[in-house]
Amino acid sequence: MAVLLNRRTRVIVQGLTGKIGSFHADDMKRYGTNVVGGVTPGKGGLVHQGIPVFNTVRGAVRETGAEASIVFVPPPFAADSIMEAADAGLKLCVCITDGIPSQDMMRVKRYMRRFRYEDRMRLVGPNCAGVITPGQALMGIMPGNIYLPGRVGIVGRSGTLGYEAASQMKALGIGVSTSVGIGGDPINGSSFKDILKLFEDDPDTDAVVMIGEIGGPQEAEAAEWARHNMRKPLIAYIAGLSAPKGKRMGHAGAIISAFGESAQEKVEILRDAGVTIVPTPAAFGPTVQGVLEQQKKAA
Amino acid sequence: MDIHEYQAKELLSRYSVQIPRGGLAYSPEQATYRASEIGGGKWVVKAQIHSGARGKAGGIRICSSDNEVSEAAESMLGRKLVTHQTGPKGKLVSRLYVEETVDIRQELYLGIVLDRKSERVMIVASASGGMEIEEIAEKQPDSIIRAIVDPGAGMQQFQAREIAFGLGLENSLIGKAVDTLLGCYRVFRDFDASMLEINPLVITRDGNLIALDAKMSFDENALFRRAEISELRDKSQEDPRETFASDRGLSYVGLDGNIGCIINGAGLAMATMDMIKIAGGEPANFLDIGGGASPERVAKAFRAVLADKNIETILVNIFAGINRCDWVAEGVIKAIREVGVKVPLVVRLAGTNVEEGRRILAESGEKVIIADTLAEAAEKSVEAMRAYSKSKKN
Repeated sequence: MAVLLNRRTRVIVQGLTGKIGSFHADDMKRYGTNVVGGVTPGKGGLVHQGIPVFNTVRGAVRETGAEASIVFVPPPFAADSIMEAADAGLKLCVCITDGIPSQDMMRVKRYMRRFRYEDRMRLVGPNCAGVITPGQALMGIMPGNIYLPGRVGIVGRSGTLGYEAASQMKALGIGVSTSVGIGGDPINGSSFKDILKLFEDDPDTDAVVMIGEIGGPQEAEAAEWARHNMRKPLIAYIAGLSAPKGKRMGHAGAIISAFGESAQEKVEILRDAGVTIVPTPAAFGPTVQGVLEQQKKAA
Repeated sequence: MDIHEYQAKELLSRYSVQIPRGGLAYSPEQATYRASEIGGGKWVVKAQIHSGARGKAGGIRICSSDNEVSEAAESMLGRKLVTHQTGPKGKLVSRLYVEETVDIRQELYLGIVLDRKSERVMIVASASGGMEIEEIAEKQPDSIIRAIVDPGAGMQQFQAREIAFGLGLENSLIGKAVDTLLGCYRVFRDFDASMLEINPLVITRDGNLIALDAKMSFDENALFRRAEISELRDKSQEDPRETFASDRGLSYVGLDGNIGCIINGAGLAMATMDMIKIAGGEPANFLDIGGGASPERVAKAFRAVLADKNIETILVNIFAGINRCDWVAEGVIKAIREVGVKVPLVVRLAGTNVEEGRRILAESGEKVIIADTLAEAAEKSVEAMRAYSKSKKN
């Protein structure tokens, strides 16, 4: 079933009745996502664009049996919405919201630790493009038509750079099992390592493309994990070769502040762990193709 | 967002962190007045700019007469101070902070940061103050003490005590150090700071613990609930190109090259800049116009990029998802007609309705160089920049 999401996953939309929530809920439904409800406090009982609205996530879960939620709630209230989802027993929450204060995210992560690991909701994002299992379901804001269904997993911080990779792959006939955007914030729900683990265990994924960038320890952590635990081929690109130290490049997390956080240093660390490096952002397609051909030959 | 030393000290003093007596001055007269207010016979005149390493650059002067204070103020005000953190252009000094001097027995280092590994607030302290933290980490790594704060419970007394004893402080200073550490943590927490650095935190000869310098940065995502901090913003300390863009809701970082970039998405923007570099060019800026590439935003982006006089080519790279390429193309045409672009323009569109978008560009009658792929976009930009550069010289 690829990872995290398939056509049967029952999804609710937090912040459904807002402009952005409405737009993307419609798009998700059209793609085939099983959208079963929405949450906007004070609008419970309404039906919005054919979707029943609930006042609370708990209420929505009780009535619809929802398993996953996508959050389009504005930044001041988004952390609260994520905690509400965790408390209502959802398995997955994808938070699209950009601009959540770091201290709010610290609180979210602390809050989620109150649940036993087995019962803990998986958070993807915030400030991400979402999750798509091509041909099945979309929980996010990406254009579904650029992904071909297939057997390569994608995990990345950036939305549009992920689109670039997927479309280069599509041009060569290479499809995607699931694409996961983990977001550009310094504190995020799922790390590269968390998602690599899912792909490594997924029988429908043959290889994984990881799209990192400058700043933070997560690429190095993923490299270390992959060196010891990953049998599937891992292909990586790191954006920000031309980024100077100490300047924040758009994403709140994309700033070089410590050793091992520049693009060159991350590339070295990944290469050293045996990861195939995509040499330029124009070479996603050919690099993945090369790795898959090698894999076929070896089999 | 950064604030000045005197502003950070004011915040800290509210949380029982000891600071030297001091006052703000905008002119030499005011500086001498502040000195007489403080009293004594020795003062420090400190240039207020958003940068560390001011001392080595001549931005901190010890004075022992009215005349010297006035002269120091005269020499700093209205000038640009170049430190190794400001870049070669330096930063304008328009405010001074005049402080009493203190008798230093020992200098300590205290920092509070967001630790991305533990995803929590981390306190960093060292008995080797005065040096920069990178330098301490390299020369005396064992002197660095770290403590991680549980965001649910906040920083605890025992953690502050452990740090104080770890720094080797004598018993009579432990209580003061605990107050200072907890005070710093609370300022950090209550104002949504992203960084706080007191370097040096000094032990005086008369047994006090005083923050001699203070640097703070704040989480821009939290400014909506920190009106008091927003008001401390000093635009004179920012790159004017960045101020222009950020006032218009664009995420822009000025660089030193000559190929202007207009891109949607931070990751794609970085990747495109990398591609320009690989093709032999230098990007002039990072610019993410965000998900919605509306004609208004594209026009604003053109204005922001063209505000940089070094620009010799513009590269637009938009991966249109929800916003179809035809709509983006119309926005680009509208923007160039509105803004007037004299330098070569390379446009690469990808995603939904891309053929229609390219057709609109091609049939517009405007001089637009169209590229199909990321690699082609970078190569064509560098080529166009070289040709333009050459023609300008002739």
